Amino acid sequence: MSADIKSAYLRGLQNGIPICLGYLSVSFTFGMMCTENDLPFWIAVLISMTNLTSAGQFAGTALIINGGSLFEIGLTTFVINIRYLLMSLSLSQRIDPALSIPKRLVMSFGVTDEIFGVSMQAKGQISAAYFIGLMTAPFWGWALGTLIGATAVSLLPDMVRSALGIAIYGMFLAVIIPPAREEHALAWVIVLAALISCVFYYAPVLNQLSSGWVIIICAVLASSFAAVKWPVGDEEEGEA
Amino acid sequence: MEHTYNYFYVLTAVAVMAIVTYIPRMLPLTFMRRKIQNRFIRSFLYYVPYAVLAAMTLPGILYSTANVVSAITGMAAAIFLAYKKKGLLIVALGAVFVVFVTEQLWAYVPMPL
Repeated sequence: MSADIKSAYLRGLQNGIPICLGYLSVSFTFGMMCTENDLPFWIAVLISMTNLTSAGQFAGTALIINGGSLFEIGLTTFVINIRYLLMSLSLSQRIDPALSIPKRLVMSFGVTDEIFGVSMQAKGQISAAYFIGLMTAPFWGWALGTLIGATAVSLLPDMVRSALGIAIYGMFLAVIIPPAREEHALAWVIVLAALISCVFYYAPVLNQLSSGWVIIICAVLASSFAAVKWPVGDEEEGEA
Repeated sequence: MEHTYNYFYVLTAVAVMAIVTYIPRMLPLTFMRRKIQNRFIRSFLYYVPYAVLAAMTLPGILYSTANVVSAITGMAAAIFLAYKKKGLLIVALGAVFVVFVTEQLWAYVPMPL
């Protein structure tokens, strides 16, 4: 390992520590949610280590808990994670065009909202060593937080555990509400999607449709509407 | 509620999730050199995560606790804390705490819901 590569890796590792701390707390909640629904801790950790994503794995896991079909789980997770196409695309413009396929495959695994966001703040070309360094601490933080959350919850009394059912939804609200304060289009997307979702839950006939499909219908309708009414400019794209 | 799982189903589902999460991350970075020009598609993709999470939250959140009343108070707490830009764990645990307190108090309300 040359000195340049090593220093780039270490710089990435250092930049990843704040992300790692944030991930510890989020994945802790995810681990609690899994145990609360009787999934064994090793499955929670396996999900975190193979998925390394927030919303997608929360939604997929919620569907597993409800016994959703594999097709629904795959499609829902894919629809949620489709935003990574944009990030991966932006990142592809900032790396060395000669970078080997295996290195690109490893880097791809670390494309999360936060890792992507931090990596794009770096000046000039993004090296594989830097990006892989940046992925390292958040990856382990995500796995470790899940393990701690999943094992800690079983030590809690039943009264407390029954209140934990709302945790995952609290987390969803914490993801969507702060950016909606800044951008009214996002607030409309949220209200519209929630409204359509309620219609599919309460209306006769429509409520026969399973939850995975309802989510997809809500996402397509609300996002298309907003995309026509409030098309985003170039400056917003990295934030999705 | 005690859940029992078919592990073949769970592990297959986890594998499916891992694959469909990796694919959108991997394809552009590995194979594409150009940017999406279509503004509608770019905008659509930007809004998707918010729509998905909103649809998952409502009305599901209302049935996530022992009763609808505690769910509503918990949701109000979560919305308030999220609006104040608190972190994910604070918002989640704040909602849990309010649900817990509401359910303890609810036990003393004589009228059944």
